[in-house]
Formats: sequence, structure tokens, C-alpha cells
Amino acid sequence: MSRRLSAISARTALPILAILLTMLVVTESAWSQSRFPPPEFESGYTQPTTTRPHGRAGWADYTDLAVLAGALVLASAATLWLRRRWVIVLISVASLGYFGFYKQGCICPIGAIQNVAMAVFSTDGYVIPLTVAGFFLLPLIAALFFGRSFCAAVCPLGITQDLLALKPLRVPTWLDRALSLLPWVYLGAAVLFAVTGSAMIICRYDPFVAIFRLVPLGKIFEGFARNDPELNPAALSGRLDLLILTASFLLVGVFIARPYCRYFCPYGALLGLMSRFALKRVRITPTECIQCKLCENSCPVNAIRTPTPQAGPKERLAGKGSLAVMLAILPVLIVGGGVLGGMLGTTMARMHATVQLADRVRLENSGAVKGTTDASEAFRATGESAESLYAQAAQIESRFTSLTKPFGVGIGGAHLFGAFVGLVVGLKLVGLSIRRRRNDYEPDDASCISCGRCFATCPMEQARRNGTKVTLNQKSESCPT
Amino acid sequence: MSKPDKKLTRRDLLRSGARGACVVGLGGMIGVLADHSDGQQMVWQIDPAKCNNCGKCATNCVLEISAVKCIHQYAMCGYCDLCTGYFTAQPSGLNTAAENLLCPTGAIKRTFVEDPYYQYTIDEELCIGCGLCCKGCNAFGNGSLFLQVRHDRCLNCNECSIAAACPTQAFKRVPANKPYLMKLAEDAE
Repeated sequence: MSRRLSAISARTALPILAILLTMLVVTESAWSQSRFPPPEFESGYTQPTTTRPHGRAGWADYTDLAVLAGALVLASAATLWLRRRWVIVLISVASLGYFGFYKQGCICPIGAIQNVAMAVFSTDGYVIPLTVAGFFLLPLIAALFFGRSFCAAVCPLGITQDLLALKPLRVPTWLDRALSLLPWVYLGAAVLFAVTGSAMIICRYDPFVAIFRLVPLGKIFEGFARNDPELNPAALSGRLDLLILTASFLLVGVFIARPYCRYFCPYGALLGLMSRFALKRVRITPTECIQCKLCENSCPVNAIRTPTPQAGPKERLAGKGSLAVMLAILPVLIVGGGVLGGMLGTTMARMHATVQLADRVRLENSGAVKGTTDASEAFRATGESAESLYAQAAQIESRFTSLTKPFGVGIGGAHLFGAFVGLVVGLKLVGLSIRRRRNDYEPDDASCISCGRCFATCPMEQARRNGTKVTLNQKSESCPT
Repeated sequence: MSKPDKKLTRRDLLRSGARGACVVGLGGMIGVLADHSDGQQMVWQIDPAKCNNCGKCATNCVLEISAVKCIHQYAMCGYCDLCTGYFTAQPSGLNTAAENLLCPTGAIKRTFVEDPYYQYTIDEELCIGCGLCCKGCNAFGNGSLFLQVRHDRCLNCNECSIAAACPTQAFKRVPANKPYLMKLAEDAE
């Protein structure tokens, strides 16, 4: 073979090499040129066709949607009617297997926020696949009727943390309330960056997805399905920053239950909003609360509100006063947030690759930095002018800083983001200044994630299951407080 | 498990009102999304017009072996004897000795067709998507070798981590029924 090769090469290599040398002189040009016209074969050779394997079939995506709907129904039934913690755990482990290790974390409703934002607001003409829209909507609808059963037993991220919450400590209420603002800020930022086409930060900084990809369940199943002898295992993404993020969330999650759900998850914020007005939500005691406080200690996420004493007329007046002040502050916070956000606009625009590239090229051209990056080299190879790149970058930056100019002042996405954060802080303050009277221990409307630990510990629930009747007398004996 | 007396309190009324507002809001959302949605799933693909074969595909995929592979569009190929996708730019001889070959994993098979033409076939089991051959073919040949996302392997991450690292922003979402961006339009599905 090699002798034949060299024999042919003697005849043919020289002219080809000559052409190649001229090609070396000519600059690298665009693709799909025929430097060497495709040959006309005489030996009856037929050209093979390039294979184009398809991905998952369309129906497989709808299967995912059906599994999601089924899991939501089961989880809601388990939290509201069946009221068995082990059933909730069973459903959640199954969901973790399917959405986590089999589907490897994509698509999930948390990330789908960005696709929805892109479809609704983006000017790039993004069309959202029906299944992704379904993944975003179904858990929200379920939350509006049955509370956050999605968080309890369907979300693979939540379940990972729930199973690892071995020694949950109590986060001080003031800290818990303050940190619970973060998911809204994260939501605003995720929408801003998605709509401007900059990045999908929810997916980029997903702390748990790496775990699902570590165990290549999906690939193994696919390998069996294709009868593929050599399985190509999926593996952990090698980015060190993400691995550190994963490890820290897991470690913190042992002592602070569900840290991502409570203080970061933007979808949890939306679910909490829906759950606040849910038709039916988890109740701790099936009959009558005996004020034993067992449930309060069982809740890993500080979501059980204790009874509040009847407010006197003086306290009521003070409460009304603080509510009035907070309502007055609200517009100030919104405007102030908007102004502050606008100041950050140019910085935030740097999340976009084109803006980054334009900055880099500008610095290189002015001689402020030495050397090039891959991106700036690739840009120079295209032969485009730097000015057109700057114009593109300025156009993207204007999405952040001046979309419209209502009063001669540019208002862009960054202003809206800032105003949104101001609104969220203001509404939180308003919410905190409203006193709500409670006689019994109740799960919080928004932050209860329906995990079912509270009713599993409730003595009244135990009594109901055993069929024993609890009389008032027994109550005072078992709970001297 | 409502209270024995079915009196409607102010709080209940507010809650029902807010729930109604949420239903209306979600309904509106469904309407807007239905207007902006499509039955097609979207998948990632490399635009060969933008790709510069930098090699980041091989290392940035979340899969251990990248979902991006080199593909060969035979209709564009010149079937060169001295293929600069197969041999290094300055081979010491036109033979399959290792020092002459470009592919780091030996994923390109060279078979004789007829004088003086050779067919080059990519063995996808071995290809790691480094793009060395594509770069060589683009620089001196017809550019019939180029990188594409292989959808039997791609996990279709919502944010593709190669796309985030791509220096030319060549990754884009394409509808799943036309998941490949071929260089020759007539060869496209």
C-alpha cells in the first residue's frame, strides 16, 4: 500500500504542492470554495452520504412533559391527601432518577425561566419549544392549586439537597428573611441577561447539574437501547469553579437545609408567589393544634409560623403607622433602585460576548494591552472592521442602558432590573409590617416546600393514623407547656 | 378542613382575589407563550460559516468526549492525494507514518478510489472534535471537513457550555427537524 502511495505521489504531489504554495500566499478565505473541483470518477465509485443522526424523537420530549405532570399530581396527592412522608420521599427519589440522572438536568423549569423570558421579550426572534413552555408552566399551575409540591418531590435540585439535609440548623429569622430576597434579585438578573442575549446565568451557575452528569444513567440506557457495545459515559464538567460551587452547596446543605432553594432559586420565588394564594396547602395537624411545638423543630426550612398574641390597640396603631411609612417608601425604593441599576448598566452589558470582544479589541487597538485572545484573533481573521464591531456592541449595550427615552432620559434593562429589586425590597418591608394573627402553628404560605416532615411528627396526625382519640385531658398531660 | 362557620373573612376574600389574579396572569402567560412557541424542539448546532476550528469544542463539552465531531461532506471533497486534512501541512512523505498524519486519534481513514483520488472517511468512534483536520482542509483545501454537533450524543443543555466558550459565537439554536447546518445547501435535509 505504501509503495503504491509513494508511486502515485511522485506523479500527482508536485502539481498539488504547487497549488498549495500559491494558496499559502493567498489569505485564508471563506468556506465552500472549490479550490480543487470535485473529481469525475471513472471507476463507477459512488459517493457515500454524510450521516446525520437525529437527537431524541419529538415524542420523547412530550413523554418528559407527561412524566412531569404525573409526578406533580402524585406529589400533590402525597402531600395533601395521603400525608405520608415516606411516600413523598419515594416519589422524590423516582423524580431524582428520571429528571436528574436520566435526563441529566436539562430541561428544568428553573432554567426554562430564561427561555420564557427570551420568547416573550427578546428581539432575536427566539421561538420557545412547546415542551419547554410546558416545563415552565405546569409546576406554577400546580403550585397555584396545591402549593409547592414541585419543590417537595419533583425538582431534582431540591431533592438532592433535601436528602442531604442531615443536621439542619435554624437560621435566625432576620437573616432568613433578608436572604429570601436574593431569589428575586437572581430572577431579575437571569431575565435581564437572557433577554439581552448575554448569558443564561441560571444554567451556567447551576450547582447540582454536575452531579447528575457524573452518573451517566441516561447514556447507559441509551447505549442499551442502541445496542452500543462501547458506552460513551458522560462526565463531570471539568470547570473547577463549578466543582467548588457544587461542593460548597453540598457541604452547607448538610447544616442549612436546601440552601439553593431558599436563598437562590428564582423559580422557587415564583412558586412561592403562587403558593401564597394556593387553593389548598399543606396543613400540619389534621384536626386541632395542641401547641406542642414539635412541628416547629421538625421544619428544616424555617417555614412554620408560631402563634402570635392578640395585638392591643396601641400595637395596632403602631403597626398601621409602620405600614404607612413602608408604603410611602416603596416608590422611593423603586426609583432609587432604577437609578442605581442604570449606573451598573455598562458593567452588566459586559456579560455579552460581543461587548466583551469589542472592549478587548478597543484595548488592543489603543495599545493598552499586549497580546490577543482567541476571540479577538478570530475576529481579526474575519476581516471585519473594528468600527462595525463597536457599533454592534453599542447596540447591545443600549439594551441595558437606553431602550427607550421617555423623558429625554435613557431607560434600559439595567434600570428596570434595579427598579424591580427596589420593588421587591419595598414589598418585603410592607409584608413585614403587616401583622397577622395566628392561633396555631401554621406553615408559611410562601416558604413551605411541602416536604411533609411537620405532619409526620404531629402527635395529632399520629393519633389519627392509629385511630386513637385524643381528649383535652391527654393533651395537657403530654404537653405541659 | 375549613372552619365550622363558613363566614368569608376579609383575608379569605383577598386571597381568592389574588388567586384569581394569578389564574388570569398564568392564563395570559399561556396565551403569550402559545403565540411565541413552536412544536419543534430547538437544538444546538455550529454555523460552519462562523466556525474557525479553534479546538475548544473538544474540551468544553460537558461530555467526556465531545458531542461535536468532524463530518465529511463528500460532495465538496476534492479527493486529493495530498489532503491537508489528513496529512500535516509539510509531510515528510505521503504515507501513513505517524509523523505525517494530522489527526491525533487516527480517526480519518484513507482509502484509494482511483488514480489519483482518495476517499477520506471519519471514524466517529475515534473523533474527538478537535478540528485540526477541518482547519487544514479549510486553509488549503475545499473545506469539505467541518465540525458539527452530533445529535445522537448531544445532551442539548439549555446553555451549551461550548457555546459559552466559543470565540466566534458560531453556536446557534436550530429546529430539531433540521438539526444540521451543512455547507452545501442541496445536501441539507
